[in-house]
Amino acid sequence: MKKALILLCAVAASVTLSAQQANRKQPPAIGPAPTLKLPAIQKHKLSSGLAVWLVEHHEVPLAQINLIVRSGSAADPIGKYGVGSLTAAMLDEGAGTRSSLDLADAIEFLGANLSTASSFDSSAIRMSVPVAKLAEALPLMADVALRPSFPAAELDRLRKERLTGLLQARDNVGALVQLAFPRLVFGPTHRYGTSANGLPATIEALTIDDLTTFYRSHFRPDNATLLVVGDLTPASALPMLEKAFGGWKPEGMAALVAEVPNAPQLAKRQVYLVDKPEAAQSQIRIGWVGVARSTPDYAVLEVLNTVLGGSFTSRLNQNLREKNGYAYGASSGFDMRISAGPFVAAAGVQTDKTADAIREFFNELNGILTPVPVDELAKARNYVALGFPGEFETTGDMARKLEELVIYNLPEATFSTFVPSVTAVTAADLQRAAARFIQPERMAVVVVGDRKLIEGPIRALNLGPVTIVPIDDLFR
Amino acid sequence: MVALAVVTISAAPRAQGPALTVPYTQFTLPNGLNVILHRDTSVPVVAVNVWYHVGSANERAGRTGFAHLFEHVMFEGSTHVPEGSFDTWLEAAGANNNGSTNTDRTNYYIDLPANALELALFLESDRMGFLLDDKAPGKVDGQRDVVKNEKRQSVDNQPYGQAFVELSSLLYPPAHPYSWPVIGSMDDLSAASFEDVARFFRTYYVPNNASLVIAGDLDLAQTRKLVEKWFDDVPRGKPVPALAPPGAVLDGVKRKTITDRVQLPRLYLAWHTPGLLKPGDATMDIVANLLSSGKNSRLYRRLVYDLQIAQDVTAFQQSQALGSNFMIMATARPGQGLDKIQAVIDEELDKLRKETPTGREMTRALNQTEASFYRNMERVGGFGGKADQLNAYFKSAGTPDFFAQDLARYRAVTAAEVQAAVDRYLPKDRRVELSVIPGDKK
Repeated sequence: MKKALILLCAVAASVTLSAQQANRKQPPAIGPAPTLKLPAIQKHKLSSGLAVWLVEHHEVPLAQINLIVRSGSAADPIGKYGVGSLTAAMLDEGAGTRSSLDLADAIEFLGANLSTASSFDSSAIRMSVPVAKLAEALPLMADVALRPSFPAAELDRLRKERLTGLLQARDNVGALVQLAFPRLVFGPTHRYGTSANGLPATIEALTIDDLTTFYRSHFRPDNATLLVVGDLTPASALPMLEKAFGGWKPEGMAALVAEVPNAPQLAKRQVYLVDKPEAAQSQIRIGWVGVARSTPDYAVLEVLNTVLGGSFTSRLNQNLREKNGYAYGASSGFDMRISAGPFVAAAGVQTDKTADAIREFFNELNGILTPVPVDELAKARNYVALGFPGEFETTGDMARKLEELVIYNLPEATFSTFVPSVTAVTAADLQRAAARFIQPERMAVVVVGDRKLIEGPIRALNLGPVTIVPIDDLFR
Repeated sequence: MVALAVVTISAAPRAQGPALTVPYTQFTLPNGLNVILHRDTSVPVVAVNVWYHVGSANERAGRTGFAHLFEHVMFEGSTHVPEGSFDTWLEAAGANNNGSTNTDRTNYYIDLPANALELALFLESDRMGFLLDDKAPGKVDGQRDVVKNEKRQSVDNQPYGQAFVELSSLLYPPAHPYSWPVIGSMDDLSAASFEDVARFFRTYYVPNNASLVIAGDLDLAQTRKLVEKWFDDVPRGKPVPALAPPGAVLDGVKRKTITDRVQLPRLYLAWHTPGLLKPGDATMDIVANLLSSGKNSRLYRRLVYDLQIAQDVTAFQQSQALGSNFMIMATARPGQGLDKIQAVIDEELDKLRKETPTGREMTRALNQTEASFYRNMERVGGFGGKADQLNAYFKSAGTPDFFAQDLARYRAVTAAEVQAAVDRYLPKDRRVELSVIPGDKK
């Protein structure tokens, strides 16, 4: 009962080869692109109302089971930033009748990997297990999802671990810029301006009550989907899934959560400098508020970003790495979430070339506003479209792709229409999207590096007002 | 396609999963190139994976980091591929590619839609046979800058980044090729000349020192013809002489403290252990699992979970061709000292020396190991995919389909062997003890 989705249309012309003599004068012609046949998503509902999406994947005797809850850190109440993330982290620290240690032992004994995680838009419990052990592993996963016990001693332990982690972030320019950039683009109150884990003062204050309140409001069968991918069939899996998750009854009322509003867009370019004495490289982030996943320009922006900074031959990487040798690599990306996440262009560059590198960033950000040549557009379209089948290779890959549909409430046809919509992107589409979503004169420039060496050259670029941000400000 | 045969078991104490086998076809070209083909039609993708049996261990003093610098030059075009076109042509075909260098080998992969296989064979054969042209000196200079930034980013600008550089030189005498880091030193990277590049290419980048795996959605007979078409004219090189490194033994405790701009002290302990696939190598992997894999592992449980004096602890067997190293590293919590952490590590190692691990611990470790073998079967390309693993086994075991035998090594490890291995290979009085403490970066 497999439904085949034809995903790829032919992109290049067909050429047959006959001669077995190497002709190195030109690269060999490429035949018609293959098609990927995706197995059907088989949708079911358990008696608890929990939706199950099952995809058969019979290559290796493994099962990947992801329980996706459609609430994440974006649902953190003001003043409790970090509660969603800590709630997810606490799920496997004691559940059902088992302690944290007993639970870990039982899971590992089966050769299963179970992890809990949260992002701004969702929370997840993911398990990979040899299919022969699925029947034994599912009750453990159900305990973690449905019956977490939130022991106080474990909360204290995780709290200290997270506080120590934030202390260690001060050592690392990469970690510092990850805290600084969203803070400076989204501000301290918008949820996207603070890391999902939260900051020390909040982490110190979170209580078991905060966690159980978050849990009860969001971990509910009507707010979740169970994704099941692997060497199984509905007949083999559904009875086990029903046994484990069929009795899930929500407690209390579901939370009424307003979606995170789009952050106000930046108005004019500003430069922020975080001092990290003796840093061997400066970490540079340039960007602003980007776009939500629901944008009708999704395929256009995938191609646009591929040209700008989404692949090895992208303009940013070619310029900063291959042409100038300032960096090991440079890239850009739109982080598309339920609300508009950041657009960011990024690189770590050698300290004495920091200002030169920023100038080159702006050359490329300005350059993308003019029409993209035909060859470059074709290369980017092909790279995105032809690489797409590779995103479905493993059970874990397939489950992650299904998560996108669940979290962003996308139609099932999203996958089958993606390649045609990519191949239809025109240079005019790119120019229109770039004019709207990439406005270099309004972007924030955030640099973490050795101030005594980089401040002068950065000021001399005259990009806009320069603000020195004390490291401590990033942690409060 | 992984062929899976269910093994029937009766009352075996350990659950045994389905047998692992990756069917392959192997042949050698007249120029000595080893070719291994594996058909897997699960996604319409092929993986082209090349291993050159050269790594930083083949470098000479004064030119450390050279094998890796050379790896970078391999992407910059060759006689029939203009600079920049290697990646441009591949991306236009929907391909991804990368390379990596370690002490013992350099590997390259190109993953691409099955229809574009011949493009990858053209590019791989051209850089294997005809890398150097008159543009090569400029390419070396360009990549020298990139590699220096790779070093700044991945070593110099990383907290504790200097620790592994120190460990290598503490574990090995200066004449041993594992005594220097793969990334090399800034001075040596500056000193590398085009003549070095040409000599290195002629010596090591020859088909008789390489193996090519093509795995994925392919036709075996047609692929063989294409391989012959593109690689037959690559000239054979001289045989590559085997390395003869000086011995590396620790006859006492080598202790060193360095400072770094970090908030928290970190302790590293290191020993010499049996080389890759040698007797005892798998046992040390199991020891590492018992010590630091999961909350119930001995060191994690004591240091991180119960006492909470460490933020993290990791133990691992770094398996290498010329001899392995076993390492334990732990970061102190604020206000905690490394002496206490070291004392607890020694208590736990002593326990393992005196008493065998429990049956449940052993089974837990084995079941995790076994599951990881199946997870490693899922991906055909990239680093660590099936194509890369076939090449790895061909180099280290002499046969590509060594999956079942490799897993059998772990299944054969007994609790008594674990106890004996800790006693023999992790002595308290012959090891490296490195502390990194907060201070100025040295």
